[in-house]
Amino acid sequence: MGFWTGLGFTLLISAFLILPVLVSVLPGITANQFEGLSSGLTTRWLREVWANYGGTVLLSLQIALSTLVITLLVGVPAAYVLARHAGVTARLVEEALVMPVAVPGIATALGLILAYGAVGDLRASWLFILVGHVVFCLPFMVRAVLAVLLSMDLKGLEEAARACGASWPQRFLGVILPNIAGGMLAGSLMVVTLSLGEFNMTLLLHTPFTRTLPVGLADAYTALRTEMASAYTLIFFVLIVPLLSAMQWAAGRADRVGAVR
Amino acid sequence: MSDRLRAALLIAPALAVFGAFFLIPLGQLAVAGGAGGYTTILTEPRYLRSLGVTLLVAALTTAITLGIATAVGLFLARNRFPGRGTLLALLTLPLAFPGVVVGYLVIMLAGRQGLVSEISMALGGERIVFAYSLAGLLLGYVYFSIPRTLLTVIAAAEKLDPRLEEAARSLGASPLGVLRDVLLPGLSPALTAAGAICFATATGAFGTAFALASRIDVLPMVIYTEFTLQANLAVAAALSFLLGLATWAVLALARGASGGAAG
Repeated sequence: MGFWTGLGFTLLISAFLILPVLVSVLPGITANQFEGLSSGLTTRWLREVWANYGGTVLLSLQIALSTLVITLLVGVPAAYVLARHAGVTARLVEEALVMPVAVPGIATALGLILAYGAVGDLRASWLFILVGHVVFCLPFMVRAVLAVLLSMDLKGLEEAARACGASWPQRFLGVILPNIAGGMLAGSLMVVTLSLGEFNMTLLLHTPFTRTLPVGLADAYTALRTEMASAYTLIFFVLIVPLLSAMQWAAGRADRVGAVR
Repeated sequence: MSDRLRAALLIAPALAVFGAFFLIPLGQLAVAGGAGGYTTILTEPRYLRSLGVTLLVAALTTAITLGIATAVGLFLARNRFPGRGTLLALLTLPLAFPGVVVGYLVIMLAGRQGLVSEISMALGGERIVFAYSLAGLLLGYVYFSIPRTLLTVIAAAEKLDPRLEEAARSLGASPLGVLRDVLLPGLSPALTAAGAICFATATGAFGTAFALASRIDVLPMVIYTEFTLQANLAVAAALSFLLGLATWAVLALARGASGGAAG
């Protein structure tokens, strides 16, 4: 494949990925979508969407941040144990912990409804969605932190700190955590991004009072005018694209740090 | 505190989450199907047909995505030119788009008032609309899968030894021969891994199909309809459990075949 053929094909694929994004958000800021951009730009649709669906954005942020806190508290210690232990049991536990990623969200969600749908008011609460997001996102946090832990000399670091008289909490908080900050950052960005966009599970887990951003979007796509659907999509992009850029920056940084080590 | 006890305490919360909110629900799912649910699936042709369509869509998605990602990935891994970084950023931008948003993008591209339809009208032809057909669903799944597959291919291609390729070429191999005998075998673990993820995602995701409201009865859509509209819990549970088992098996097999490279 010659250079120009390759470049041409790559540009074509880029256009296939980017053009729909532009075409989709444009009606959301255009005064009259049938006249096109010449009719002027407007924030009218954005304001209308915010008035009707602002709550879904806030709920999604609330769930994403809660998921983040829980996956950090639960996932980082788990990754540490998995990195310290090399035996068959540790590998089996690791295998089990990442399983929820391999099972479609709709299956997990249906299982959650069967198991806990009738427990108290859980079904009507946003906590029900949170449970689903934690199950789905935890493997990503464990993996991101585990990858960093395995790339460094964990045992050597701990021995050195122990020889200096550091207790276990001192070693964990003062030596290990600062060294895995990069992995925690990468995992955190991943978890927030995944939670904000999660739909496969959330569609089954939500109720009319606990609608998240992607569920609201699906509703807008089937029920609302193109201008509103587009404006709503634009709001989602404004939220998710900076997160994605940060994620790629963090991944690039981790690669460089890894290369230096 | 002994190391062993500390390790047990540190991993206990993760195991508790896994056990309570994944293992128990999946167990419930397996049982809720009951003998009736599983028999219905196996005897009613429409469920088997839906399974067939789902596997077909997933296989086509995987093949098309791997083809595109290999071509683009090899090109980007081999060439350095101004704007390469920007191009890579554009190609991976959709990485974080959920399936439901991708469905909307397909509508705006190939729907009734979509870009393709407007262009075909302006050119004096007929209105071309394919968003709601099998082609539209495929387009969405391929769109969804290209960014992540591409990243895997680029990472693997950059690890390939360029000297092997040069050696093959200097021994008189044609470009196609180099691709077939050197590049593809070298990339095959990464392609297997990425392909499996692609296949499993296309089998289990339903955001795109939901947004398109297409008439293609992929399995996740059937599960959703059985559960919400028909309240047919046994069939929905049985289908979900088998679907989960299938995607998990595909990923586990691929991971074995690719030597642990699969996610």
